[in-house]
Amino acid sequence: MTTTRTNGPAERAQPGLTRQLLKRFVHHRIALTSLIVLATLMMVCFAAAWIAPYPRGQQDLLTGPSNPSQMHWLGTDELGRDFLSEILYAGQISLAIGLAVAVLSTVVGTVLGAVAGYVGGWLGELIMRVTDLFLVVPAIALLAVILEGLGPSPVTIVLALAALGWTYMARVVRAEVLSLRERDFVHAARGIGASDTRIILSHLLPNLAGVIAVGTSLAVASAIIAESTLSFLGFGVQSPQSSWGTMLNQAAGYVGTSQVYLLYFPGLAILVTVLCVNFIGDGLRDALDPQRTNL
Amino acid sequence: MLTFIAKRTLYSVPVVFVASFVLFWAVRATFDPLAKLRQSTDPEALDREIARLGLDRSIPEQYLLWLRSFVTGDWGTSTRTGTPVVDLIGQALWPTAQLAFWGLLVAIVISGLISVYSAVRQYSVGDHALTAAAYIGIAMPAFWFGLLLIQFLALWPKDVFDLDDPPLYFIGLHSIDQGGVVDYARHLVLPVATLVIAFVAAWSRFGRAAMLDALSSDYVRTARAKGVPRRQVIWRHAVRNSLAPFVTVVALDAAVMIGGLVVTEQIFAIPGMGRLFLQSLVAGDVFVLLPWMIVVAVAVVVCNLVADIGYALLDPRVRLR
Repeated sequence: MTTTRTNGPAERAQPGLTRQLLKRFVHHRIALTSLIVLATLMMVCFAAAWIAPYPRGQQDLLTGPSNPSQMHWLGTDELGRDFLSEILYAGQISLAIGLAVAVLSTVVGTVLGAVAGYVGGWLGELIMRVTDLFLVVPAIALLAVILEGLGPSPVTIVLALAALGWTYMARVVRAEVLSLRERDFVHAARGIGASDTRIILSHLLPNLAGVIAVGTSLAVASAIIAESTLSFLGFGVQSPQSSWGTMLNQAAGYVGTSQVYLLYFPGLAILVTVLCVNFIGDGLRDALDPQRTNL
Repeated sequence: MLTFIAKRTLYSVPVVFVASFVLFWAVRATFDPLAKLRQSTDPEALDREIARLGLDRSIPEQYLLWLRSFVTGDWGTSTRTGTPVVDLIGQALWPTAQLAFWGLLVAIVISGLISVYSAVRQYSVGDHALTAAAYIGIAMPAFWFGLLLIQFLALWPKDVFDLDDPPLYFIGLHSIDQGGVVDYARHLVLPVATLVIAFVAAWSRFGRAAMLDALSSDYVRTARAKGVPRRQVIWRHAVRNSLAPFVTVVALDAAVMIGGLVVTEQIFAIPGMGRLFLQSLVAGDVFVLLPWMIVVAVAVVVCNLVADIGYALLDPRVRLR
C-alpha cells in the first residue's frame, strides 16, 4: 500500500505525483485518443456559432429534405435546415447537460457518501436507505414523472438527473471510505492528533480520487444516454431547443424513408461521446489505482 | 435456509411500504388528481370528489385511505379511459411479462456464454471483438439501436427483396389475422434485441471478470493439477463459482430493465406496462400512475429477493448469515 498519496514528507521525495498520474494516463493509448476526440468534439460544438456552416435553425423550404452533398455535408431535414449545424448546436445542450449532471451528482454523492461512511450512525443509515429506495423504482419512469411535474427545460432536466444520479456515487464513496478509515495511515494520523477535517481532506480525499474520477465519467455517460432517452420519449429537451435526443425523436419518423440517414448522425454523436467518456474513465481508473505500482 | 428466506422476505416489506409512501407523496405533490374535474360546470362535483378521495386531509391520512382501498383491490378509475385501473394494469401486465421473460432469458444465456468464452479464451481475437462490441453496446442509446434494427432488419430487406411482409415485424406481439409460433417469434426478435443489448454488453463484461477470477483461483489450479478434464474444470468449478456474483448483478438491474421495457414498448407499439405508463403520464392520469409504480416497485423487490435467495443457494458461505 503506497501512502505517498498523503501530504507526508515521503511524497516530496518522489517525482511529482501529478506527473506520475499524467504519465500513466498518457500511456493509456485509447484513453488519450478518446480525450483528444472528446475535446475536439466539445470545442467544435461550443464554437458552433463561429464554425457551423449555417446559422442555427435557418430554414430553406425550397431545398426541403436533401441527401448529404457538398453544400450540406450531412444533408438537410424536412425544413431544409443544415443537419451538421443542427447537430453542433444540439451537442451544446447534450454535452452541457451531461457535464452539469456529472458535476452536481458527483459533489452531492461524494459528500453524502463520505458522511455515511465516515460519520455513520443514524444519518449514514438514513442516507443509505434513501439510495436503496431509488433502486426500487425505474429511473426513467421517475424522471419522466418529475419532468412532467416540473416542466421540462435543460435546468430541470439537470436537477432531475442529478437528484437520481448521486446515489451511485454515494454508495461507491461510502464503501471506499469504510475501508479506508480502518487503514493504518488513517489510524496513525488520528494517533498524532489530526482533526477529522484534516483526515478527510488530506488523507481520505486523495485516496478517493480514483473512484470519484471513474464515477464522474460514468455519470457523464449515463446522463447523456438518460437525457437522450427522455428527449426521445418526449419528456426532455423541447423544441425550439434541441439535443441529440430531441433530434432522434424527430428522426424516428424517417425510418424506412430515403431520409433515414437523419437517424444515423445524432445517434453516432451520442455513441462517440459516450464511448470516449467511458474510455477516459478506464484510463483514469488505471492511472489512479493506488494498487498499481509499475509505471 | 427457510429462516433466511423468511427473514429476507420480512425485510422487504418495510421497503415496499416506505417506497409506496414516498411515491404517493411525490405524485400527489406534482399532479392534480382533480385537473379534469376543474373544468366541470357542476360546482358541487369538485367538492364531492374531494370528499370521496379525502383530499382535504393531511398527506399521511390520505395515504392511509389510499392504501386501504389499494389493498382491498379498489384501485380507482382511470380518468383517461374511464375503466377500472385494476383492469388496465391487469391487461398490460401480460405483454410486458412475455417481453421481460424472453428478454431475461436471452440476456442471461447470451451474456453467460460470452462470459465463459471470453474468459477461457482471454485476449484471443474473439475476446477482443466481443470486448469492442460490449463497449459499443454500453455506449449506445437502446432506443437508437431499436430504430436501426427496424431499418436494417425489417424495412430494408422488405424493400430490397421486394417482399410483401418484412422478415421481422416491429409492431405489437402478434399479427391480427394469424397466430402460431413463427408469427410470435417474428414479432419478438426486434423488441427483445432492443431490450437486451445494453444488458448483454454490461453483464458479459462482468461475467468475464468473474470467470477470470474463478479461473485463476486455487481450487481451479488444484482441480487441474489433479487431472480433472478441462471441460469439467470450466463448467463445474469455474462457472459454478462465478454464478453467485453474476446473479447479484442481474438482479440489481431489474429496475433498469423495467425502464428499458418502457422504451422498447414505446418503439414497438406493444400494449404493455410501459406504454400504459407513458399514455397515463401524458394524460396526467394519477389514478393509473400510482398503482403502476407500486406494482413495479413490488416486482423489483421480489426480483431482489429471488436474487438474494439464489445467491444463498449458489454460495454456501452466505447461507447462515
